[in-house]
Amino acid sequence: MTTTDNTMLEVRDIKRDYELPGGLFKPKKIIHAVKGVSFKLERGKTLAIVGESGCGKSTLARMLTFIDEPTAGELIIDGEKIDTRPGHLTAEMRQKVQIVFQNPYGSLNPRQKIGDVLGEPLLINTKMSSAERRDRANEMLVKVGLGPEHYNRYPHMFSGGQRQRIAIARALMLNPKLLVLDEPVSALDLSVQAQVLNLLADLQDEFGLTYVFISHDLSVVRYIADEVMVMYFGEAVEYGTREEVFSDPKHEYTRTLFAATPRADVESIRARIARKKAATAA
Amino acid sequence: MADTINDIDSSPEVLSSAALRRQMFKEFWFYFSENRGAVIGLFVFIALVLVAIFAPLIAPHSPFQQYRDAVLLPPAWLEGGNTSYLLGTDPVGRDILSRLIYGSQYSLFIGVFVTTLSLTSGILIGVIAGYYRGWIDTAIMRLMDIILAFPSLLLALVLVAILGPGLTNGMIAIALVLQPHFVRLTRAAVMAEKTRDYVTAARLAGAGPLRLMFRTILPNCTAPLIVQATLSFSNAILDAAALGFLGMGAQPPAPEWGTMLAEAREFILRAWWVVTFPGLAILITVLAINLMGDGLRDALDPKLKRS
Repeated sequence: MTTTDNTMLEVRDIKRDYELPGGLFKPKKIIHAVKGVSFKLERGKTLAIVGESGCGKSTLARMLTFIDEPTAGELIIDGEKIDTRPGHLTAEMRQKVQIVFQNPYGSLNPRQKIGDVLGEPLLINTKMSSAERRDRANEMLVKVGLGPEHYNRYPHMFSGGQRQRIAIARALMLNPKLLVLDEPVSALDLSVQAQVLNLLADLQDEFGLTYVFISHDLSVVRYIADEVMVMYFGEAVEYGTREEVFSDPKHEYTRTLFAATPRADVESIRARIARKKAATAA
Repeated sequence: MADTINDIDSSPEVLSSAALRRQMFKEFWFYFSENRGAVIGLFVFIALVLVAIFAPLIAPHSPFQQYRDAVLLPPAWLEGGNTSYLLGTDPVGRDILSRLIYGSQYSLFIGVFVTTLSLTSGILIGVIAGYYRGWIDTAIMRLMDIILAFPSLLLALVLVAILGPGLTNGMIAIALVLQPHFVRLTRAAVMAEKTRDYVTAARLAGAGPLRLMFRTILPNCTAPLIVQATLSFSNAILDAAALGFLGMGAQPPAPEWGTMLAEAREFILRAWWVVTFPGLAILITVLAINLMGDGLRDALDPKLKRS
C-alpha cells in the first residue's frame, strides 16, 4: 500500500511508554504499552483493532484522538503530519478526530441536558447562535434515531443503548472525518449492539466517515470491519483485510483468539450437544 | 434511519425543565423527610429566619433601651418578674428577649457571610488544586494542613489579634479557619470526577481548562459541598459566639449572643437568666442547623440513598 490522496490516517511506528515511578527499594520501571505500530487507513473504510485486555488497544485509541501523547512515531491525518505535543494542536485538527467511549454511563455529564451535551462542541468551536445550535442538535438527534423530545432530558433518563447513540451524536456534531470507537458496543446487550452497529454503518455511508473500531468481540469485527489488525502485548501481530485475516490467520495468537470465540450458530450448538451426549454415553 | 429503534422509549410526554425540577425536588424531599430530626431542624431554622427578618415587629422593646427601674428583673413567671420583660432584664435594664431576637440577625448574618466567604474561596482553591495537581496541589494542600493543625478557635483568636477585634474581622478569621475543609472536599471530588470519560469528551470538544473546571466538573461535586456548607454555618455561629464571649468578636452594646454571655458573666450566680437564655439560643440554633445538615447529607449523598 502506498500513500495516496485517499489515505485518511497513517500511523508510522507509533510508540507509547508509561513510566512507573520508582520507590525507595524498587527501581524505576518503564512499561511499553504500544511498541511501534504502523498502519494506513483509507477514507470511508473501517479498521478494526482486536486484542485481549491490556494489549494496548485503548492506548492506541487515546493517541489517535490526541488524549495521550505518543512517546515516538508519526501520526498523519488527512495528509497532514500532526504535532502532538500539548499546546501545538490546532482546533481545526482536533475537530477532525472524535471518539466514542466504551462506557455510555460514564461518558455523559450527569448534570448536563442532552441538548447541552450536543450543543457544547458547537458553542466552543463555532459562533452559531443558540437557536442554530438547537436546530443542529435536534437534527443530529433524529439522525441517530432519537427525537427532538429528548432535547431537554438528562442522561440518567436514558438506557445504555440510547446513551451510546447520544455519545455518537456528540462525536459527530463537529463533522469529524475520523471517528475512533473504543469498544462502543461491549457495554450493551446483544440486541442493542446490533442496532448501534447498524446505526454506525448508516452514519458511515451518510457522512463518509472513517472508523477505527476497537473491539475484542470477533463477531462484531467480522460484521463491521474492512481491515483488521490484531494486537498482542503492544505489537501488531497481524494486519490485513478482513477476508485475509479471518480465512487465513498467520500468527499463532490470532488462531488462539479465533478458537476462543464462542460460536452461537445452530450448527455448532448441535455439534456441541452431540459431543456432550457422546461423552456422557461413553 | 432504517434501523429499528425499539430501545427508545417512545413516550410522547416531553418533560419541561420546570417539571423536571419539581420531580427532582420531590425526590429530595422524600429522602429528607425520612429523617425526622432534619425536618424539625428545618422548621426551627425557618422560624429563626422569620424572627430575624421581622425582629423590629416582634421585639417588645429596643435592644439598646436601658430601663433603669427594672435592672436584673427575673423572667415573667418567677416571683418579682414583670410581664413586660418576658425573659427578664440584664444588669443595665435591657430586655433580654428583645436582645435575643435582634441577636438572631447577627447570628444568621455571621453564618451566611462566613459560609459564603469560605465556600467560594475554598471551592476556587480546591478546584485549582484538584485539577492541576503537581506542585500547585502540594503547596496548597500543605498550607491547608498547616491551618488545620491549629485548634480552630486559637487560630481565629490569633487572626483577630492581628486584624484587631470586631465583628467583621472575627468573621474573616472564622472564614479562613473553616476554609480548608472546603478545599479538601472540593479537591477530592474534582480528582474523582476528572478521570471520568465525560471530562475527556469535553476536552476533546475543545473545552478550555476554565470551562472544564467550573462548568463540567464542579456541578458534579456539589452534594458534599452543600452538606459541609450547612455544617460550617453552625460552626461559624458557634465560633463567632465564642469570639464574642472572649471579647474579640462583636463589641458591646451589640446584642450578639456570645457578647451577651460575656457581659453577664459576673452575674451567673445571682441571676441565672442572663446567661441561660443566650446560651440556649446558641444551642438551639446550632443543633437545628446540624440536624438539618444531617438530613441534607442523607438526601444528597447517593451512597446513603436506599433505592
